[in-house]
Amino acid sequence: MASCVTDVLDTVATADDSFDPIAASAAQAQLKKVKKQKVLLMGKSGSGKSSMRSIIFSNYLARDTRRLGATIDIDLSHVKFLGNLTLNLWDCGGQEAFMENYLSQQRAHVFSNVGVLIYVFDIESRDVERDLATYVNIISALVQYSREAKIFVLIHKMDLIQPMTREDVFEHRAVLVRRKTSEAVAIVHKQTPSAINATSATSTLPDSAPNLQLFATSIWDQSLYKAWASIIHDLVPNLSVIETQLASLGLAIDADEILLFERTSFLVVSKWTSREGERNPYGDRFERMSNILKSWKHTCSKYTGTPRNAEQFSDFEYKMGTTFSMFATKFTTNTYILVCMPPGEARFNSAKLNVAAARPWFKFLDGPVVPAQTAVAAVVGTPES
Amino acid sequence: MSSASVQDGHVAADTTSGPLRPRPIRFISPAALNLHRVYEQNRQRLQKKDGAKVPDPTAPQTKGRPRLLLMGQRRSGKSSISSVVFHKLPPSETLFLESTARIQKDSLNSFMEFQVWDFPGQIDIFDNPNFTFDMDAIFGEIGALIWVIDAQDDYLEAVARLNATILHLHRSYPHINIEVFIHKVDGLSDDYRLDIQRDVTIRIQDELSDQGVENAPVNFHLTSIYNHSIFEAFSKVIQKLIPRLGQLEAMLTNLCRTCRFEKAYLFDVNTKIYIATDNTPEDMASYEICSDYVDVIIDFTEVYGSWPRSDQWRERLEAEPWAQPLEDQVACEWAESGMVLADARRPIMLREVDRFLALVAIMKEGSYDKMPQINMNVDVVVKGLIEFFEITKPKEVVGTPQGGVVSPGLVQG
Repeated sequence: MASCVTDVLDTVATADDSFDPIAASAAQAQLKKVKKQKVLLMGKSGSGKSSMRSIIFSNYLARDTRRLGATIDIDLSHVKFLGNLTLNLWDCGGQEAFMENYLSQQRAHVFSNVGVLIYVFDIESRDVERDLATYVNIISALVQYSREAKIFVLIHKMDLIQPMTREDVFEHRAVLVRRKTSEAVAIVHKQTPSAINATSATSTLPDSAPNLQLFATSIWDQSLYKAWASIIHDLVPNLSVIETQLASLGLAIDADEILLFERTSFLVVSKWTSREGERNPYGDRFERMSNILKSWKHTCSKYTGTPRNAEQFSDFEYKMGTTFSMFATKFTTNTYILVCMPPGEARFNSAKLNVAAARPWFKFLDGPVVPAQTAVAAVVGTPES
Repeated sequence: MSSASVQDGHVAADTTSGPLRPRPIRFISPAALNLHRVYEQNRQRLQKKDGAKVPDPTAPQTKGRPRLLLMGQRRSGKSSISSVVFHKLPPSETLFLESTARIQKDSLNSFMEFQVWDFPGQIDIFDNPNFTFDMDAIFGEIGALIWVIDAQDDYLEAVARLNATILHLHRSYPHINIEVFIHKVDGLSDDYRLDIQRDVTIRIQDELSDQGVENAPVNFHLTSIYNHSIFEAFSKVIQKLIPRLGQLEAMLTNLCRTCRFEKAYLFDVNTKIYIATDNTPEDMASYEICSDYVDVIIDFTEVYGSWPRSDQWRERLEAEPWAQPLEDQVACEWAESGMVLADARRPIMLREVDRFLALVAIMKEGSYDKMPQINMNVDVVVKGLIEFFEITKPKEVVGTPQGGVVSPGLVQG
């Protein structure tokens, strides 16, 4: 067995050599600043904006959101997400008086410098026409002030639709929203033809089909995590660095799948899957993992009597006979790592050691620090001691 | 690639986890959806068949299985209970359940085989002008009668009917356990729940003693499908049906003492009912965390363990640096798991006993370092448990349930 362990460590060393130059150049270029992103959360009153925010960032249980009241005006919160990304979350109260205010007096204030707009539709809403009209106004304002902003539309409360018809209802609504969005964008462009002429003809094409993604969500299942994971996925800085490093770690320890979670929200920051792991028929497994671990965290906090946002578990391992093994552990200060791998005791134990040894590779997730070359070099040395 | 895997004999080990099905991405888990669909289908099929006609009581497959009867007023929550406990329907989805029109019979393959009969509330089986029920067929093999009372409704009529039922049964079947579930208590305050329980208890006992029936075996449970209370109540009901429960409990108590566990449970994995625990005082909180832990393990198993791996994968793993068949590379052929809680570093451990049962224990703080020793002790106890069930199991029952730990309780027509 001893020989097996050293063998794996050798692979770590070789993988290490191959990834070094990429990491060094990419890291030094981007790692220096904390990135701030303005995220607007909008939608009609009662559509569930504050509920989903509480679930994702404050560890509320779905049923706890019943006690949330209406949001008055704009509820600003700063969410620290990983060490080098802060989300400025603008939870905008959705009552009509507020909406009109955002579109008139506060227009420039609200809609300038937006990184992401998250617009929430209530699928059960009776007055769809009116919802869409408000949406069109919001989109026009957004395109006017921050044309680069990404738009995420969440069709929310899907749990209220019978499971069999959910897909159709969502598709139908999605088509409607897409059409309205392009119309709104087209109208804005017609009003300001100078802007369009100024930019080249090629850039008008992506503008008329804006950066829009739609999700069907419900706070009662994992669909919410899928939507939010895609939202934050694009915001995380150095994503390519994280991905290459995860990949080299995965190859080194012979894993089938590695998921990296943010500590409080348990959203999947990054993932790596081996060729064998790709055969997994569960396409929704990432958001399911978030959901499972998050509700487990809640159970723990109930049992131990510690606050919801506190750290709840430090180590988890699971060996399922000859099918697979997995472990989840606290990785860096801001992240948890989950590794799913082939069975085998020796393989499992050396993978655990190697993951612990790989921590310095990922130190940059904790803060805007350039990883020192020495930290990477140390990886090879530690497990042997 | 797939053709190669079919020819090879090695796949046999993997086929237990079910065929590989590429499924569309849905927003609820496909397994849950499938489960729900299968369940609804079976339900509708059963309802179409004339369920009021009880099956031939001498049919071999129903022999020797304890039977749980769910009875009570209409809309008191009987079908919801059986769906949530035995079919893993999420509690929120029970809103969509149709009213039960016929007697609904489910059979549950687990360490013991149970039948669960869900009676429609609107039929009074003792006083029905249109149809005479074969009492012997219904109550002959009964394990327990579960009477569901809606605590949020006016329960006087339910109590009166329950009394009538108990009086009827007392004459011919005096040994039937009667379990009263005072249900839907989730919306009520703690004090009010106890008030209701006291009131119901007094009403039933007074009525029974007026009729000259003393010491009828009636037990009361406060339940709700929105928390663990329904599972705990079922656990208590089922424990009464297990032969030689004391022996099981003694084993677990012994394990707890040797390994310094705080609490150990033996779970039925499919339903998360616990069938035995050690003799330390009952503690709802530890049951909840253990049962949720079983859930976590089931979910992980479903996502990562329920699809067959390719042959190349296996060949590579058994190749040079390891040079051993996979079976020899693992320490334990069943699932084993441990988790350390951040608070006081208190570990929780789980160990699968067989297809249906899992041992879950909460350990004392700091004992994670002694895991290898504990694992050996657990191994011994697990062997003991397996022997125990070998002995107590009726010999002719050979269940052929498919799937691993994730397999739901099967519905049989």
